[in-house]
Amino acid sequence: MTRFFLFAASIVGISAVAFGQLEDQSSGSVTGNVQMLWQSYSEDPIIGAIVPPEKTGFNAYGNLIYNQGGFSAGMRYESYLSAVLGFPGRFKGSGIGYRYARYADPTGKVDFTVGNFYEQFGSGIVLRAYEERALGIDNALDGVRLILRPVNGIEIKALYGMQRLDFDSRLINGPGTVRALDGTIDFNSLLESKGGLDWDTKIMLGGSFVSKFQSGGTIAKDSLLLQLPENIGAWSYRIDAMRKGWSAGIEYAGKINDPNADNGYTYRNGQALLFNLGYTQRGLGISLSAKTVDNMSFRSDRDVLLFDLPINYIPAITQQHTYNLAATLYPYATVISGESSASAEIFYSIPKGTRLGGKYGTKLSANFAAANGLDTTQLAGVEGLVYGYERNSWGFGPSKFVRDFNVQISRKESKNFKWKYTFYNLEFNTLATPVTTTFKGIVYADIHVLETQVKTRKRQSLRTEFQALFTDQDKGDWGTVLAEYTWSPHWFASVIDQYNFGNPDPDARVHYLYGAVGRIDGPHRLSIGYGKRREGIFCIGGVCRAVPASNGFEINFSSSF
Amino acid sequence: MKPILMTVPLKNAAIVACLTLCGSGAFAQSLPGVQLKNLAGESINTAQLVTEGQPTLICFWATWCSPCKRELNNYAELYDDWQDETGVNIVAVSIDDQRSIRRVAPYVNSVLWDYEILLDPNKDFARAMQVVNVPHTFLVNGEGQVVWQHNNYSDGDEEEVYEELLKLAE
Repeated sequence: MTRFFLFAASIVGISAVAFGQLEDQSSGSVTGNVQMLWQSYSEDPIIGAIVPPEKTGFNAYGNLIYNQGGFSAGMRYESYLSAVLGFPGRFKGSGIGYRYARYADPTGKVDFTVGNFYEQFGSGIVLRAYEERALGIDNALDGVRLILRPVNGIEIKALYGMQRLDFDSRLINGPGTVRALDGTIDFNSLLESKGGLDWDTKIMLGGSFVSKFQSGGTIAKDSLLLQLPENIGAWSYRIDAMRKGWSAGIEYAGKINDPNADNGYTYRNGQALLFNLGYTQRGLGISLSAKTVDNMSFRSDRDVLLFDLPINYIPAITQQHTYNLAATLYPYATVISGESSASAEIFYSIPKGTRLGGKYGTKLSANFAAANGLDTTQLAGVEGLVYGYERNSWGFGPSKFVRDFNVQISRKESKNFKWKYTFYNLEFNTLATPVTTTFKGIVYADIHVLETQVKTRKRQSLRTEFQALFTDQDKGDWGTVLAEYTWSPHWFASVIDQYNFGNPDPDARVHYLYGAVGRIDGPHRLSIGYGKRREGIFCIGGVCRAVPASNGFEINFSSSF
Repeated sequence: MKPILMTVPLKNAAIVACLTLCGSGAFAQSLPGVQLKNLAGESINTAQLVTEGQPTLICFWATWCSPCKRELNNYAELYDDWQDETGVNIVAVSIDDQRSIRRVAPYVNSVLWDYEILLDPNKDFARAMQVVNVPHTFLVNGEGQVVWQHNNYSDGDEEEVYEELLKLAE
């Protein structure tokens, strides 16, 4: 605790001493937020819910940011007493997990941070430090970052740091050091400030170089004794262009040999190619993208896996689904060793007042995504041991990872009634993304979702979802019914039942019933829930984590000021 | 103040921290400065989002967040009237990351939102505004201070927003 207050005092000290020249300007301000999650656990052998020795889980976070002029300083106090199920169990104790001081010149020309910070270069393919708190993911850098914008249109970022790995009453960083440099040129801003051209076409160029250092050693493979490289470099070049409704971007990334736990300690170089094209006008939007990522897992510790210490970020090609069955049963996650993928999406609004569009207009969208393994040939002998495979092309290999097609129509019928229907067709390889232990192979599934919303009286509405998933594989058919009643702006109550009605094993045809009520008061939010939650995959913003089955109470509180 | 802070014993650090923080100025939240891109690829400094004298509604959302889209679709139907009556500008800040950031422009144009759209793919602005989850909506007055906020959306909340806007317009 003393450390907490000492840090608070030192923040103020820094602001008062080092930035004393700001005192004559605007007065400082403090903002903050808190978030608490408490769960109690009851045993339920049918769904496999277990009770940890502590019987309850408790996670809490408190953020504080002090701002004065261009100066800001902040910290996050964290508690895991003990961590709620589904979180990394090794997170424990209470203490400061994040702290920084930053000065951003009001002109934007100079911006530096000492302490913890998050950062993303380009698409994140060579560097992204970020936080998904609900999933326990946090690879914040701890070090120094300098951002310079010497003239309009040019931005240079440089950083040195180590990455957050763990929390045991304090922040614990991983063993590697990350050093990185990124530059972007926005030609239009640059030429505009020089009194130059005013193009319709916008062009932006960027490039990054990221290097990590970790002490080496040797590794034995059969009769070979191989030296582990200590310095690993990765780089990327990108170009983005826009013209009227069109946009296009391409990024290439590479990485030198980086034997690590993800690639079986092979010495093959990494490569990635990302492409996207979009067109949009009023009422219409189209987006195409393609991506091949080969051996681009890049971590600041070569020996860790899964969510630990990633330096870069490789998002999944599929859409992030939000309806219960589509989101939790078969959510796709990028195959980190390598994949080729492509997607296409269209959004269209049928104008209001037309026969098809109705009084309020009708919204349509369709999305298709596909990913396969890489097109490779396994190398033989010593070459195979050292390099693994060689890639024959940037295209799709023979192994199907996922096909995800979905189409949605939504329509408002009257002031008091609207509905939305979504259909999904999935082909999902559970060997590529192991979301289930009961089936290995390709799951073929159709999902139907009908959502309705009725305004029952002034400021009150009832929202319902009826979902059904049909498949002959894995656990068979599922249904979900959800009803949510809201009294704006303060209260809500909801009930959800997920039912595995088509499980081939009649004893496993289980209902997962969960109810919650909550109150919202501006920035304060309290909810209390009780029921059973399925073992499954919990995803936020494109990253998924497996959570165990649970049965019990949950209280959630969040507030900001 | 400086020498006092340098010589404070640790046990008093908490008190000093509080006194100094409390004494140094207002707790009212104002807009932090973060460089974000809009859909035209232009850099925007969030400290300069507010047009002086006009209220601004800052809505954090994402393409994968259903209540966020309901909120902004419902505001879209009322936006012309709100602008006429209160002069409000709506800024919709997307926290879509690299997985879904390319969906933002096609989606926004297809549903005909006339808001200023900003992209915050690594949540720098969201973090600076103490956003824990989306939707989170801030009403900022013409001096750049947050005067009201709401962390949730259910149908009907737009009526409360409208009442708050009218209070500001008075």
